Amino acid sequence: MALKTTAEVCGMGHSMKRKEDPRFIRGQGHYVDDIKLPGMVHLDIVRSPYAHAKITAIHTEKALAIPGVLAVITGKTLEQFNLHWMPTLMSDTQMVLPVEKVMYQAQEVAAVIATDRYIAADGVEAVEVEYEPLPVVVDPFKALEPGAPVLRTDKKDKKDNHIFHWEAGDRAGTDRAFAEADVKVKQDIYIPRIHVASIETCGCVADFDRAMGHLTVYMTTQAPHAIRTVFALVAGHVGLSEEKIRIVSPDIGGGFGGKVPVYPGYVIAVAASVVLGKPVKWIEDRMENLQADSFARDYHMTAELAAKRDGTMTALRIKTLADHGYADAAANPSKFPAGLFSICTGSYDLKHAFTEVDAAYTNKPPGGIAYRCSFRVTEAVHAIERITDVLAQELEMDPAELRLKNFIQPEQFPYKSALGWEYDSGDYPAALALAMKTIGYDELRREQAEKRRRGELMGIGISSFTEIVGAGPSKDFDILGIKMFDSAELRIHPTGKVIARFGTKSQGQGHETTYAQIVAEELGIPAAHVQVEEGDTDTAPYGLGTYASRSTPTSGAACAVAARKIREKAKKIAAYLLEASEDDLEWETGKFFVKGAPQKAKTIQEIAFAAYTNHPPGMEAGLEAVDYYDPPNLTFPFGSYICVVDIDRGTGAVKIRRFLAVDDCGNIINPMIVDGQIHGGLTMGMAPALLEEISYDENGNISGGSFMDYLVPTAMETPNWETAKTVTPSPHHPFGAKGVGESATVGAPPAIANAVVDALAHLGVRHIDIPITPEKVWDILKANGVAE
Amino acid sequence: MAKHKIKVKVQGAEREAEVESRLLLVHFLREVLGLTGTHIGCDTTHCGACTVLLDGQPVKSCTVLAVQADGREVMTVEGLEQDGKLHPIQDGFWQEHGLQCGYCTPGMLMTGYALLERNADPSEAEIRQAISGNLCRCTGYVNIVKAVQHAAAAAKQRRTTAA
Repeated sequence: MALKTTAEVCGMGHSMKRKEDPRFIRGQGHYVDDIKLPGMVHLDIVRSPYAHAKITAIHTEKALAIPGVLAVITGKTLEQFNLHWMPTLMSDTQMVLPVEKVMYQAQEVAAVIATDRYIAADGVEAVEVEYEPLPVVVDPFKALEPGAPVLRTDKKDKKDNHIFHWEAGDRAGTDRAFAEADVKVKQDIYIPRIHVASIETCGCVADFDRAMGHLTVYMTTQAPHAIRTVFALVAGHVGLSEEKIRIVSPDIGGGFGGKVPVYPGYVIAVAASVVLGKPVKWIEDRMENLQADSFARDYHMTAELAAKRDGTMTALRIKTLADHGYADAAANPSKFPAGLFSICTGSYDLKHAFTEVDAAYTNKPPGGIAYRCSFRVTEAVHAIERITDVLAQELEMDPAELRLKNFIQPEQFPYKSALGWEYDSGDYPAALALAMKTIGYDELRREQAEKRRRGELMGIGISSFTEIVGAGPSKDFDILGIKMFDSAELRIHPTGKVIARFGTKSQGQGHETTYAQIVAEELGIPAAHVQVEEGDTDTAPYGLGTYASRSTPTSGAACAVAARKIREKAKKIAAYLLEASEDDLEWETGKFFVKGAPQKAKTIQEIAFAAYTNHPPGMEAGLEAVDYYDPPNLTFPFGSYICVVDIDRGTGAVKIRRFLAVDDCGNIINPMIVDGQIHGGLTMGMAPALLEEISYDENGNISGGSFMDYLVPTAMETPNWETAKTVTPSPHHPFGAKGVGESATVGAPPAIANAVVDALAHLGVRHIDIPITPEKVWDILKANGVAE
Repeated sequence: MAKHKIKVKVQGAEREAEVESRLLLVHFLREVLGLTGTHIGCDTTHCGACTVLLDGQPVKSCTVLAVQADGREVMTVEGLEQDGKLHPIQDGFWQEHGLQCGYCTPGMLMTGYALLERNADPSEAEIRQAISGNLCRCTGYVNIVKAVQHAAAAAKQRRTTAA
């Protein structure tokens, strides 16, 4: 896209240095744990050592005897106010604090409030809880077997551990296509539990003003407005009314989906502040964060792909069992219990597809939220991109050739997928062709063949993914009934400077810069003079927040539309000032001029001043606009990634030698920020592909519950990512953009897994579940007699 | 809990306080001195968000007791900017988009600063090695490496100009 603005104005396409950085590089960011209010006290939480146990007694006397301990709150305390249970975003329920039993290891059991965080921790140590262990259900398949202990005994009519069944597509048509197919492949694919592990954990400061009945909660949340409404709905019966609730989301140290839900700690802190009449701070530590907050993934998938002998794919079938822990606390749009998993037909022109997901309760923490991806899209993409490679192997076809043969072609857009989505735009062959050319695909294949002859293990993996982001159109998308629009409010000051407020909330994505650039593009006001604010529900317009790559598709769009509304009014003012007819005016970035007489012009700054000092008779003063943008469709960013790995035959370690990401996110606001998003996304794609996993033993004891064994990538494992772009603008978005923050997390895991399998394919390896650890690879090498 | 009087030089200025034996240096800095630029990201000394310099050496201040800093010098992110001028490492992070959410940034800056103090012209491998104890979840490290290189080049330029 050609630049329309100067570097001074810094509209779209400029790699503007970020406006938020001056505070962060000085250590002057303002995160929730930096908040210190007068009289503030600290909350810490007693957690269960058992995965499933009856609570027979909680002894609080010793804790309360510690000087500085102010209170101990238990489930029984909250039960008096009917606040011991709360709804999840998926209309299930979860405990705030238990009254009868605990359902997972590290579950909240009681809370200690003290004058200082060290004393609160002392109090936690001093609380004595008596448990009676109950049978533990860890395996979701066993959870659904007849006779399995029923976990949700709180639900009167619940006789099993089944949560929901969801399906999409034409089952019979797909079955027929499979029956007629020349070639069929089938693969079990498990994506384990992982955790977003943002470097800042979750926390809040709840501040209830007893005199005024007003509650302010400073909170690590990606969706402050929705949280305010949830608080009003959940606590309305104890007198909290929405106009008296203010949620402030300060600077957030990474979100990635983990800061969408309401965790028990937030609710307990609010309850404690109401009871004590003091500000209460709760900051979880890393182990609490990993062990108790919402997890992601945990999908047991069986993928099947049918094709003709020539490689033409004809049908896809995927059956999934989802392990949701003890409550369905996913953060999906309400009508989509399995998120947008039905994007699983991917980039391929599949005429027949059917997919079904069943979900089970187990004795694990509730979830599952996203891990830097639009609702369950990573799971879907991993399944289709892995099974595509399995098919290539079966057909002895090059995986690039198989993809090129089956891609939806550019002229087929808008494309209606077999599972019901209307893909807005795409050029898949172009992205893969660029990736292959840039990385030198043919040369790499030659090198691989040569190395294989020498016994060296090198693999090349491709992933040509399609994402589905920007939820979403109100006809289908809501969370607890609230439609998933998002908003922008722009006010132009008399001197032509801007305050811009949004319903979203940046957690590192750079909204203070990119939204300012959208205003600059649309109005010609320098981005440097656009002050962006988000996160305070008292000032920002209502919106559903930032997750699922939705900010640019929704609030970004709202920003452009609001700016265009302002331009409409500005035109009227300009016509008045220039004594010309509106029809005779033309817009050129930053000014209106009379057609054929460019010297007769009024700049947006002059117009803004006039809006307050010399506005046309009969017109309202001021220059501002609000837009609540209801997207007509989702956006479908895509890309082709190629990964090259070398495998150490002595250790089984996988080294990513090269990784090229070709992304297409439509028109780009800030290329520097987009590349940064892709670098980060790739790293969070590599993490579950090679390193990260949370697992449980048969007693429900967690492994991966601290940074000792939950392996977040360091700079040592992370390669020097290479990036390139194609640009296919979204036809329905006001400035042709698509979401981008999560594409790489979605696209990277199968590229890496495909590369490792490719390196071992000659040994008969067809699939390895992620994370592909050195141990797993070494076992394969050993079994095949090629370990050194 | 026993209390101890400690004297710590923080960004060159003597600070005195009476602290509990168990108080961590990071809490001393954040809560006693109000220097909230140093962050906390884990409890096992892995993430490095709390990295500060103790007598010039980068340490994870969540694993140092405040009493261990008695009589010693501490420098935090707030000490980087001098006379209203950003340190090249700060400017490098800004210019190269070496940060996103900003949470790991103070620790990264202190580690990067310490690296450049002992090695004015580090290779990419040396930079990656140096920051391997600092986790970043947003950037994928590519631009952090560039940021440190940017700072090294700027410092070199400054030395050449001075000479």
